[in-house]
Amino acid sequence: MDRKQCCVKLSVQPSRGLMDEKFIVLVQNVWPGFQLTVHALHQCEDGHSWEAFGHYAADATGTVNVSEDPSLGGTYSGVEPMGLLWSLRPVPGSKPGLRMRKMNVQTPMEVTISVYQGHQTEGFVDQVPLAGVLVERWYMAPGVRRIPITEGGLTATLFLPPGPGPFPGLLDLWGGGGKLVEYRASLLASHGIASLALDYLTPKITIETRKMVGIEYFETAYRVLQQHPQVFSSRIAMLGLSFGTSITLKMAAYSEVVKLRCAVCVSGSHVQPVDGSVEQILGYFHKNGGKTRFSEENEAIWRDLLLPIPTDSSLKVDVGRLQCPLLLVVGEDDQNWPAYESAMDMKEMMERAGNSHLLTILSYPNAGHLIEPPYTPHARSSFFRTVNTREKMMALWGGETVAHSRAQEDAWRKTLVFLRENLF
Amino acid sequence: MSLERCLSFSRATLRSVCFTKQHLQRCVHICVRRSSTMSQAALPILSVFPSRALVDEKFKVLVENLPPGCPVTIHSLHHSEDQDYWEAYGHYISDDRGKVSVSDDLSFGGTYTGKEPMGLLWSMRPVLGSRKGLRLRKMNVCTPMLMDISVYSRHDGFRDQAPLASVLIERWYMAPGVRRIDIRERGVRGTLFIPPGPGPFPGLLDMWGGGGGLLEYRSALLASHGYVSLALEYFSPGQLQTADLEFNYFETAFNIVKDHPQVMPHRVGIFGLSLGSIVTMALAVESRIVRPRCCVCISGNHCFPPGRTLAGITGEVDMNYDKVRVDENNYHIWRDVGLAIMKEPSSKLDMGKINCPILLVNGHDDQNWPTVESAEDIAEMMRAAGKEHLLTRLEYPDTGHLIEPPFSPHFRATNFIVNLTKEKVIMLWGGQTKPHSDAQEDSWRRILTFLQQHLYCSPSPKARL
Repeated sequence: MDRKQCCVKLSVQPSRGLMDEKFIVLVQNVWPGFQLTVHALHQCEDGHSWEAFGHYAADATGTVNVSEDPSLGGTYSGVEPMGLLWSLRPVPGSKPGLRMRKMNVQTPMEVTISVYQGHQTEGFVDQVPLAGVLVERWYMAPGVRRIPITEGGLTATLFLPPGPGPFPGLLDLWGGGGKLVEYRASLLASHGIASLALDYLTPKITIETRKMVGIEYFETAYRVLQQHPQVFSSRIAMLGLSFGTSITLKMAAYSEVVKLRCAVCVSGSHVQPVDGSVEQILGYFHKNGGKTRFSEENEAIWRDLLLPIPTDSSLKVDVGRLQCPLLLVVGEDDQNWPAYESAMDMKEMMERAGNSHLLTILSYPNAGHLIEPPYTPHARSSFFRTVNTREKMMALWGGETVAHSRAQEDAWRKTLVFLRENLF
Repeated sequence: MSLERCLSFSRATLRSVCFTKQHLQRCVHICVRRSSTMSQAALPILSVFPSRALVDEKFKVLVENLPPGCPVTIHSLHHSEDQDYWEAYGHYISDDRGKVSVSDDLSFGGTYTGKEPMGLLWSMRPVLGSRKGLRLRKMNVCTPMLMDISVYSRHDGFRDQAPLASVLIERWYMAPGVRRIDIRERGVRGTLFIPPGPGPFPGLLDMWGGGGGLLEYRSALLASHGYVSLALEYFSPGQLQTADLEFNYFETAFNIVKDHPQVMPHRVGIFGLSLGSIVTMALAVESRIVRPRCCVCISGNHCFPPGRTLAGITGEVDMNYDKVRVDENNYHIWRDVGLAIMKEPSSKLDMGKINCPILLVNGHDDQNWPTVESAEDIAEMMRAAGKEHLLTRLEYPDTGHLIEPPFSPHFRATNFIVNLTKEKVIMLWGGQTKPHSDAQEDSWRRILTFLQQHLYCSPSPKARL
């Protein structure tokens, strides 16, 4: 009986899921003990191919269940239900320094999951698999509405959950790379929070006037949310990653206009010239550029630029002033920002000020800087173009893949719980 | 003050001054915004997992953050391709943690009661004021069915207020990667669905019944389960008399599946419902050209005069048309026509000649055709010929004629064009909603197992011998 006669059954449930949902990959109808490779292939928007794979042996019923059975090797090992996604890496021969980011959130990420005979490690593209299915991973739940926002000179996108509302709101800020990155805001809207993804480093107004935005820009964004008929004006949060944390802490502590119900700061720091504009804060970092180190692979390590944590209070956001709950998410192997040291300093400041009951710190050993939504492939380093210098360099973000992926999963779940507790 | 009480307060006091809907909405809106600055009330959270699913997959509907012991109604709404509205709802009470889980909790009333994880789908019915005799069938399978799932406050009069929360879900007949191909070759009309992956795959010829036309949804679903499936069009609605229906048409259709480069030629089965089942059995018994690997016959019968063409099949019905009864609603009941035809041995296929496994799925309350009696007779014939081991019978109590994929609403009586007279009547199919829906769910699971068993090989040592 030739191989073709043995019809392997492969299924992935759900075949259409949200990016932060788990799936179950099941292989059936093979010989007991049969050795096979489960393989994932994804072509990202930039045209690069990414792959992941695990080696399995079928049980006595001729079945492999990726959620329950251990991978014996591949790009991940052990029992890893979602290993086929988080261990995705560029296929051999790809350009270095790639990072996977979905820019168009209105279409799903498509992943082809296939089964190959034997324990294979390469040459998948030249072989015919035993079976293959297509899986869709969505950043937007059905019914989520995507609304470009240009009022008040903003470059932003609002994602509204389905339903009558009103909904709690959230301002979503990414970091020093700029651009309008929508995928986290669309995912949060899929969880019932009206979320505004804000481009504050490369917005249209900065491109045209060549001037960085001022504090009023963020206050305008806050007002747009607050005044939206489907947003609860008193239930607005802010979430920032990396440089987005700098802005979030500044707004939370000092803004007369922005009144946050709670704040989430990922991989960031409170170290900044307290009265500085956005431009001045970036200038402060740049001034310390001499402290940049380089790894053996010539990747830029920027964590020292803000170290040691200053004792001068004009150089740190006074987090003792905060009146809303604050969640800090940090990776202990962050090579880009001293997020862990900053978190420890913030804790001390808040303990002294008597508001540390507002603080929750999630600190992850061996996790790096880019703590993204779950199952996002880990980028230990990638090409990065800083906004002010426009130089393209390899930045070392840090993190060890397994620990970093676990951290992403855990941090996201706890972030959703934190937001739910404070906003709903 | 809770949001909900605030809303009803505003409605009561403002009713006397608000004359227009827009004004009332604005007043409510102002109240909501005011209350939002003072209220610390928890916002209900509604979630459905998965939000995008195949039509035969279950979902979990969860409401959280309610006050404990809070009466709510969970409601589903669908706007069909025909522009009708279908709905279902269940009345629930939140537990001590303020949760309602449709999969675990009891519905105390509505369009379904009891613990019914999928009641919001299978108990759907046209909203009040809809046209009569409606049937819900997806014609465009490339897009999903969209449903609004909402949670309302209260049981009685729940519709008086806006929902507390609402989500949108998608229900698909096509899994990602399934390909849809129009077939117009060798005189055959249909649509072929091919699963994703390299193949090769087992194949199916899929036929619906006396309503005619081209229905793709079951084939799309079968392809989503790994079968290359051809949805066959064999006559237009109401045109059965004049349709060119040589036996050869169906044999050619079968071969189109068999000859497809991605199909395993010795693993092609036939799937039929109602008239489609008759064709299925005729092909299995009479054809010298096709050899199906297995057959699935839903609500079918073996009344097909041997040697005659399919167009002649209606002749038998026509001759016994006087046996058609109507019930108190003037719905057509055809089962006695079938009973009369079955009395004539020459009108029946010799099922003892069948040589492949066959699965019969029927409902005891089938008012359109005496399918259970037919199954009895088929079993007799096969027993006498020593072929009983090839037969599997599934018969469900209080189940009617239209046994559809799971979670489809139950259609007890729907509009139908009678081929003979071109009359538009309402045909009584039978069945009671809850048992019929259970039958749809159970039979589909068993059908998929049957197909897997006979069309996907099992690599056990026995198979090797």
